Amino acid sequence: MINYSERIPNNVNLSENKTLQRALEQWQPSFLNWWDDMGPENSTNYEVYLRTAVSVDPKGWADFGHVKMHDYRWGIFLAPQDGQKKITFGEHKGQDVWQDVPGEYRSTLRRIIVTQGDTEPASVEQQRHLGLTAPSLYDLRNLFQVNVEEGRHLWAMVYLLHAHFGRDGREEGEALLERRSGDADNPRILTAFNEKTPDWLSFFMFTFITDRDGKFQLASLAESAFDPLARTCKFMLTEEAHHLFVGESGVARVIQRTCEVMKELGTDDPAKLRAAGVIDLPTLQKYLNFHYSVTSDLYGAEISSNAATYYTNGLKGRFEEEKIGDDHQLQNSEYEVMDVAGDQIVTQRVPALSALNERLRDDWIADVQAGIDRWNRIPAKFGFNFRFTLPHKGFNRRIGMFAGSHVSPDGRLLSEAEWTHQHSNWLPTDSDRLYVHSLMGQCVERGKFANWIAAPGRGINNQPIDFEYVRFN
Amino acid sequence: MNAPAEHAIAKQHLIDPEICIRCNTCEETCPVDAITHDNLNYVVNFDICNGCLACVPPCPTGAIDSWRNVERVKPYSLEEQFKWDVLPDTTELDNVDAPFAVARPDDELPAEVQHITEVATAGQGGPALAPWSASHPYVNLYAPTRPITATVTGNYRLTDADASSDIHHVVLDFGSTPFPVLEGQSIGIIPPGTDDKGRPHLLRMYSVASPRDGERPHYNNLSLTVKRVTEDHEGKPARGVASNYICDLKKGDAVQVTGPYGSTYLMPNHPGSSIMMICTGTGSAPMRAMTERRRRRRERNEGGELVLFFGARAPSELPYFGPLQKLPKDFIDINFAFSRVPGEPKKYVQDSIRERADKVFSMLNDDNCYIYICGLKGMESGVLEAFRDICRANGADWEALQPKLLANARFHVETY
Repeated sequence: MINYSERIPNNVNLSENKTLQRALEQWQPSFLNWWDDMGPENSTNYEVYLRTAVSVDPKGWADFGHVKMHDYRWGIFLAPQDGQKKITFGEHKGQDVWQDVPGEYRSTLRRIIVTQGDTEPASVEQQRHLGLTAPSLYDLRNLFQVNVEEGRHLWAMVYLLHAHFGRDGREEGEALLERRSGDADNPRILTAFNEKTPDWLSFFMFTFITDRDGKFQLASLAESAFDPLARTCKFMLTEEAHHLFVGESGVARVIQRTCEVMKELGTDDPAKLRAAGVIDLPTLQKYLNFHYSVTSDLYGAEISSNAATYYTNGLKGRFEEEKIGDDHQLQNSEYEVMDVAGDQIVTQRVPALSALNERLRDDWIADVQAGIDRWNRIPAKFGFNFRFTLPHKGFNRRIGMFAGSHVSPDGRLLSEAEWTHQHSNWLPTDSDRLYVHSLMGQCVERGKFANWIAAPGRGINNQPIDFEYVRFN
Repeated sequence: MNAPAEHAIAKQHLIDPEICIRCNTCEETCPVDAITHDNLNYVVNFDICNGCLACVPPCPTGAIDSWRNVERVKPYSLEEQFKWDVLPDTTELDNVDAPFAVARPDDELPAEVQHITEVATAGQGGPALAPWSASHPYVNLYAPTRPITATVTGNYRLTDADASSDIHHVVLDFGSTPFPVLEGQSIGIIPPGTDDKGRPHLLRMYSVASPRDGERPHYNNLSLTVKRVTEDHEGKPARGVASNYICDLKKGDAVQVTGPYGSTYLMPNHPGSSIMMICTGTGSAPMRAMTERRRRRRERNEGGELVLFFGARAPSELPYFGPLQKLPKDFIDINFAFSRVPGEPKKYVQDSIRERADKVFSMLNDDNCYIYICGLKGMESGVLEAFRDICRANGADWEALQPKLLANARFHVETY
């Protein structure tokens, strides 16, 4: 069970470690200050129908009720410990998992944890203005749920830093609250987390695509030989699923609404559809192209000696490591990656150990594709021929083999001139973004939805669609 | 309307493919691995899901919270579910309050069942698995809070009138209420009345002694082998509440039954699989069930051997002694061990096992042979000792072999 009688709810027996408890209780007010400064704008008095974990077992971790976000019980939850657990991959395979950080991996683990931890407050900062333009109470509540859970994930990483990295860890914990998304002087660590999330379509795309990167990073860290990290990430994954749902169902509802209007007006002319106040499908495809390509860069270079080292040392596994039927050490395996050779895109086989970033990217792509397939059921259901597609891996990339090349969505290498001439057909233009932005007006009447988005099929926690998901007081 | 009878309807757990986002949380959460997926849909196996609801709160979409009533014999198969874009419409069956096929959400395995099972399988040396070709068992359909009522249709004394033990063969019939069992499973029986503290009696577990298709083939019945307990483990007089109640049952009496229990002590079904059975006294119940199952399928010529080591004090004390004698030698290889026959040296099951060392060693090393031990607590230690000696004499190591047997679900111990 999670102990809610303490200042910091936790299931890690925090009260038995006074030093750690004190350190985290000192960090707590800094966190709350950060939340008040950088969390959802103007939301201080809102009561939000939130899900709070009261234990990490299935029955207890979804407790619903109206709470003020500032009073949300952020805490520290780890999946249960398995005393028999062995390391499942890398050079330490078969040995007991580590409960403490081995000295030789200390700085690497710290960097992994800080990088993961930094994305959590970053996305809250990116999304802080969205509440002002929410298309419904239901969506507003989902945004806030995502935000408080990102906050909890920050807690999860800060706990690891405090508990296992001493003074360095405490300093990193402070720094996590000092960096700011998009700030010129003190930006967040990863580029994608310094982009703006200017409108709800971007938010849905972000949660569908970029939070899915989070899912795959967490899943590979959930395999880690450093058991506290693995158990932390395991529980975070359960929460991450809700974020993916918000994104996937959000875009699906935009598609649904657009298809309804297309049918009503008997047209697929973007100009007519925009005049009717919905987002045409080609524009949705451009947003998809943008978020997909920017997020793809988060996986890093296709060939990476760092990734190989992380794996061999047991710090970061593959997605669903234990379900893979190989030797889990990869000394003699190969993996296929793409490369640009002159005026051609070629595939080559490289040592699997060096291609682990690419493998994780491929797992993610398959997962994104499955979501796209589900989106495509919607126009199909209406009898329209339009289908969403994922662009080529090399499209609009800044990192890895394709950095510096121009690749069209269908996988052709382009000259600089061709790219300049054509890219506005594939990526959202300023006028596309302006149009989407023009639709963003707050719609918070119970049971009502903005014109550009359909109502969801189900409410949250079996509540009706017109439930008061947020009370403004 | 030709609607199925209510007990033939079960609630089927489904996942709404329209809103599921394939996040895998449910599959990760399910404690009995009832959920699986292909590249399109996540689906729930009707034969495994017991409606525990562990997967429901963590589902981010609510897709998991989908239910349809179906006829037990015609649930939506996995193949059907994989093809769905949307859930099937509700039907008139959905107006009924139907139970789950396997168990209800408020049915945790009763604590006493868990405890008895843990004690009974302690001699195995590790957690057991069911043989790969075992049929899927139904477990925990009826909890102590909701027992099923069975009717006694037979009660016969198996041991001679002058024998020191009074062992009964009791047949229970379940009428039209489903109570599917497999050979090797147990049921719970709740004696009527209360204990000396005024509390209802706890259930007692008994191994089923009949094959899956019934004591009387194609009837909804089963049999038990129950020994009347008249003394405790130290030989002091003690009257077993449940055993005396059962041994005294009359035809037509109603009995409160729970279960079935047990999902690993099950027989292999694949052609060519052999079974080595080692038992004493009422430990013969599951052996009788398995033997009878094989006997009824003899004409199919599926191959595989049956070897039985059966220990008792004397032939007159041995349940099913008569019927066992009638079984063809080419069907089952029976080895009796009697410990109290006047004028003969004492012989225990482990002595019979040692006498057949070559046969036993070849069966231990036959990947298609499954070994079952059942009897009073402690009897397994002599058996294990015999295995150890036989292995050593053949230049093998029992300690190395046993984990392999366990890992391949070839070694099963139940002692009580």
